[in-house]
Amino acid sequence: MAYGSIKQQNRNIPAHIILALWSVVVIFPLWVMVINSFKDRLSIYQSPFGLPAKWNIANYGEVLRDGDFLVYFRNSFVVVVLSLVILLAVGSLASYALAHWRGKVSRSLYFFCIAGMMLPIKIGSIKIIELIRALGLLNTIWSLIPIYVAMGVPVGIFILTEFIRQVPYELTEAGIIDGAGRLGVFTRIIAPLLRPALATVAIYNLVPFWNDLWFPLIFITDDRAKTVLLGVTRLFGQYQTDWSKVLAVLTLSAIPVIALYLLMSKQFIRGLTAGAVKG
Amino acid sequence: MMHKKGSRSGIRAELLCWLPYLAPALGFYIIFMAWPLLDSLRLSLYTGSAGIGRSFVGFKNFQNLFTVEQYAQRYRGAFAHTLYFFLIHTVVQNCLGILFATLLTNRSMRGRVFYQTVIFIPVTLAVLVTGYLWKLLLNPVWSGPFLEKLGLGFLVRPWLGDRATALTCVSLVSCWQWIGIPTMMFVAALRNIGEDFFEAAAIEGANGRQIFWHIKLPMIKPVVGMIAILTLVNNFNAFDVVFAMENVNGAPNYSTDLIGTLFYRTGIAGQHPVGIPDPGMGAAIATITFFVLCLGVIPTLRYTQDKG
Repeated sequence: MAYGSIKQQNRNIPAHIILALWSVVVIFPLWVMVINSFKDRLSIYQSPFGLPAKWNIANYGEVLRDGDFLVYFRNSFVVVVLSLVILLAVGSLASYALAHWRGKVSRSLYFFCIAGMMLPIKIGSIKIIELIRALGLLNTIWSLIPIYVAMGVPVGIFILTEFIRQVPYELTEAGIIDGAGRLGVFTRIIAPLLRPALATVAIYNLVPFWNDLWFPLIFITDDRAKTVLLGVTRLFGQYQTDWSKVLAVLTLSAIPVIALYLLMSKQFIRGLTAGAVKG
Repeated sequence: MMHKKGSRSGIRAELLCWLPYLAPALGFYIIFMAWPLLDSLRLSLYTGSAGIGRSFVGFKNFQNLFTVEQYAQRYRGAFAHTLYFFLIHTVVQNCLGILFATLLTNRSMRGRVFYQTVIFIPVTLAVLVTGYLWKLLLNPVWSGPFLEKLGLGFLVRPWLGDRATALTCVSLVSCWQWIGIPTMMFVAALRNIGEDFFEAAAIEGANGRQIFWHIKLPMIKPVVGMIAILTLVNNFNAFDVVFAMENVNGAPNYSTDLIGTLFYRTGIAGQHPVGIPDPGMGAAIATITFFVLCLGVIPTLRYTQDKG
C-alpha cells in the first residue's frame, strides 16, 4: 500500500489542519503558563505571550523558599505512594480470590465491588467527614489514604480480576502439583505475572489521587497537613496580585504528573481509559 | 474433605478460605465508600449533626429543598446549570471526540502519536490548575491589550464576569480538559472494528461517508453510552472547575452554581446567610443526585451495552 505517497498525504491535509489547530489550543495555555512564570510581575502584562526578555527564576526561588511548598509536596507524595501501595496489595489479593473462586457468592461480591465504578464517593462526603472525625484523623494527611484506597478498589478489582482470569489455569495446577498452597500460588505464580495490570491500576489512580482537591479541602485546614493542590489554593490567594508567581506555583504542581506522562504517554493513555472500557 | 460443588457447606468452606484474601479490600471499600454512601441516604432524613445531636425529621429536608424559596431557588438554579454543563459536554465530547478519533485511526496519517499525546495532556493536569490558568487567559485586563493589537478587540470581554457567558466558558474549559478520554475511547473502539469490515465494505462500493454512518457509528454506540454515563456522573460532582474559575458561590450571581458547589456550601462549608453547614440538607442533595445518577446510568447501560 502506498500509505506514504505524496498524493495520499495531500488528501490528509485537512485532517492535519484540524489536529494541528487543536494542538495549538492545547499547548498555547501551557506555553503561557510556563513562559510567564519566568517573567517578573509587570512584564507579564507588557508581553503576555512572548518569551521573557530576561529569564527570571526568582519566582521559583521565592515559592520554594516559602518553605511550605516543599511540605505540601512531601505530603502529597506520601499520600499518593502509600495509597497506591495499599491499593495494589489489597486489590490483587481480592482479585485473586474473585478470579479463582467461581460461584454465585463470588460473582455477587464482584458486582458489588465494581458497582462503585459508577457511583462517585463524593456523594457520601457528609458521612465520610463524620467518620474521619470519629477516627481522629481530621486535619492529618492520614485521613486521605483510606478514602483513596476505597476509591481505587472498584477499578482495581475490575482490571485485576479480568487479568487473573486470563492466566491459564495450567500454571496454577502446576503450582499445586509442586506443593504450593493458595498463598504460594499467588506469590509465586500470579503476582509476578500481574505486573502490567498493576501498572495500569497504578496509573489509573495516580492522576486522580495527585490531582484531588475535594477531600483535602474538606478534611484539612492545618497548613502542615496540606497537599500540593490545597497549597496551590492558598498560594493562589496569597500571590493574587502577582500572576508570575501564581504561574510558577501552577507549573511546579503540574510538573510531576506531566513529566511522568511525557515519559510514558502510551501507558498513561491506556491506563486512564482502561476503567472505562467494558471488559 | 470433599464438598459437593454449590452445596451450602461447600460455599461456606470456600468463603472461609477466600475470606482472608477478600477481607482487606472489602474492608476499605465497605467502611469508607459503600457504607458512607448508603448512610448518607439515611442522614437526609435527619437534621442537626453528629456533634450537637440529630433528630429525625422525615422528608422535611426534601420538602424544604423544593418549597422554601431560599433553598428551592438555589437548587433549581444549580440543577439547571448542571444539566446545561452536561449538555455542552455531551455535544462537544461526542462531536470533537468522534472527529479526532476518526482522524487518528486513519492509518495513512502521519504524526498520529504526536497528536494523540497532545490531545491527552490536559487530562493529566489538575482541574484546579486548568481552572486557574484559564481564569488568567480569559481575564480581559491581562490579554485585552494584546488582542486589541491583533485587531481582535471584539474578543475583549469579561467572559467570566458576565452572567451570559460565564457558565458556557466554564463548561468549555472543562471540555478542553477531558476531551482526551472520549477521544481515546473512540479510538479504541474504532481500532477494534477490524480492517476486514472496511475492506468488505469498500469492495461492495461503499464510500467513506457510508462507511462512517453505516459501519463505524453503530459499532461505537456502546462507547457513546459509556461516555454519557461517565460524563453524567462526573458532571453531577463537578466542583473544582467552578471553585477555581469563579468561586464556591458560583459567581457571578450564582450563574455558575452547580450541584457540586451547592452541595459543598450547604452540607460542608455553610452557606450565606447562615454560615453553619446543614449536613441533613447536604445529604438530601446528595440523595437526589444518587437517584438521578441511577436513573440516568441504568437505562443507558441497558440500551447501549448489549449483553455480551
